[in-house]
Amino acid sequence: MLCDSCHERDAVVHLTTIENNAVHQLHLCERCAAERGVETTVATPKHPLGEFLHDVHQQVATSRGGSEGLRCSFCNTTMADFRATGRWGCARCYTNFEVGIRELLRRVQGSHRHAGRAYQPPMSEELERASVLGELKDRLRRAIESEQFELAADLRDRIRVME
Amino acid sequence: MTLDLSLLPDGGVGWLDASGRHSDIVLSTRIRLARNVEGYAFTGRARDGERLRVLAQVREAVGSVGSLRESVMYRLDELPPTSRALLHERHLVSKELAGLDEQHPLRTGAAVFLADGLGVMVNEEDHLRLQALRSGFALQEAFAAIDKLDRDLGARLPYSFHGEFGFLTACPTNVGTGLRGSVLIHLPGLVLTKEIGKVLASLQQMGLTYRGLYGEGSEVVGNFFQISNQTTLGRSEEELLDQLLRVVGHVVEREAEARRVLLRDAGYIIEDKLWRAYGTLRYARSLTFDEAMNYLSGVRLAVGLKLITSLSVYTLNKLLIFSQAAHLAFAEGRALTESETNLARARYVRKALEGEAGSVG
Repeated sequence: MLCDSCHERDAVVHLTTIENNAVHQLHLCERCAAERGVETTVATPKHPLGEFLHDVHQQVATSRGGSEGLRCSFCNTTMADFRATGRWGCARCYTNFEVGIRELLRRVQGSHRHAGRAYQPPMSEELERASVLGELKDRLRRAIESEQFELAADLRDRIRVME
Repeated sequence: MTLDLSLLPDGGVGWLDASGRHSDIVLSTRIRLARNVEGYAFTGRARDGERLRVLAQVREAVGSVGSLRESVMYRLDELPPTSRALLHERHLVSKELAGLDEQHPLRTGAAVFLADGLGVMVNEEDHLRLQALRSGFALQEAFAAIDKLDRDLGARLPYSFHGEFGFLTACPTNVGTGLRGSVLIHLPGLVLTKEIGKVLASLQQMGLTYRGLYGEGSEVVGNFFQISNQTTLGRSEEELLDQLLRVVGHVVEREAEARRVLLRDAGYIIEDKLWRAYGTLRYARSLTFDEAMNYLSGVRLAVGLKLITSLSVYTLNKLLIFSQAAHLAFAEGRALTESETNLARARYVRKALEGEAGSVG
C-alpha cells in the first residue's frame, strides 16, 4: 500500500481516527508520518472504540496471522472489514469473533455481560423453518459468489431436503 | 411518491406540545432500542433483496401489534430528498435513514412506521430502531411505551440475541440493551453563568454523554443539548434510565438555579439581551438557521423567566422545527436557495410572533 500523502513510498503507519463516530484511516510512510509529527507508535485516539481499533492494528502488525485470517461463516466479514467500518456484519460475527469481541466490549462498554432483560425469540416451527431456509439460501448465494462450489453443492442439497 | 403528512394524526410532532414535566427547560425525551432480525446480515452488509425481505417481515409483524395498528409507513427510498429532510427535521427519522448523510447513501428498503409518539425505523444501521418520543422530561412514560412495543414486536419477529452479550447490534457501542435514552434540554442559564463546562464534564464521569440538537455528530446550537447514556451493556434498562433520570433531574435544578442567579445579579443586562433577541426575531428580514436558533434560545429563556408572558412554549417549539430549511421549502412548495431560505425563515418567524404579539412588552 502506498502512502496517502506522498503516494511514492510504502505506507508503514496506519492511523485510525474517529470523528463523530465515523472511522477515518490514514496510511503514511515513515517520512510523511514524521513530518506530520506522528510517532511510529501512533498517537492514541481518545474515543474508546478508536482505541480498540488502534490496538487491533498494532496486534495485527505484530501477530503471525491470528484472527486476521478469520472470516465470518455467515456474512464473510473479516477483522479488516470491522477495522474499516467499526461495524459487525451480522449476528453470527459475535460468535465467530467472540474472544476479540469480549475484549472490545470490556473496553468500549466497561463490561461484556448483558444485564438487561432476557429474551426468547418466538419459536413456532414454521418461523424456524423459514428462517433456517432463508439463511441457507443466503449462504448458498454467498458461496456461489465466492466460488466455493463444494460448499454450495452441500448447501443446495440441504435446501432441497427442507423444501 | 410524495409525502402526505396529513396521514399522521399530529403531524408526528405531538411531542412539541410542551405538556410534559419541566417543559420550559426540557423539550423532549426520547428512548430508542436497537434490534436486529435473526437470519439476515446487518443492514450495512445486507443486499437490497435481504433488506426488502426484512421490511416485508417487519411490516407483517407490525400489522398485528396493537400500538402500531394505526401507524403510517413511509418508504424513504421512494421519497424525494426534501420530503426525507422534512421527516428528519421533525426528528422522526435519523439522518442516516433519510440518506442525507454523505457516508450513508439512501438504502433500498429504508422505511419508517409512525404512530402516536412511537416510531420504528427499518434498515437503519440496525434492522430496527424503535423509538418513543414524549414532550418534556418523561423517561418512565417513554420507557413504558417502548418496552411494550419491543415485547409485542419481539414476540412476532425473532430478534438476534446472545446469552452473554444481549441484543446484538452492528456497532459494538449499542450491544446489550440496545437502549439509548436522550433528553433534549435547553441550558442557557448554565451557558451564561459559564457553569456549563463543569456540568458537561461531570456528565461524562457519570457515564453519560451529550450531543447537539440532531444527535450524533451534530453541533450544539441555541444552547440545546441532548443528554444520553453512553453505554448500553452491563446494566439493566432500569438502571441505565435511573442514572439518566437522576443526573438530568440534577441538571434541571442547576439550570433553574442559574436562571435565578442571572435574574438576581444581572437583571437588567439579561432583560435587555433577551428583549434584543425578541426584537431581532420580530423584525429581521433575513435569518440564518444558527441566528434563528440563538435568538430563539434567548426568547425561550425570557419566557421561562416570565419576562415575556404572552408567548407560549408551544409556539417556540413549533418555530424550532418549522423554521428549518426543508420545512420552509415545503411550505413554499419549491426548492429554495440559501438566501431565499433565510428570507423565508425571517418571514415565517415574524408572522408567528406577530400572531402572539398581543400583550408582549
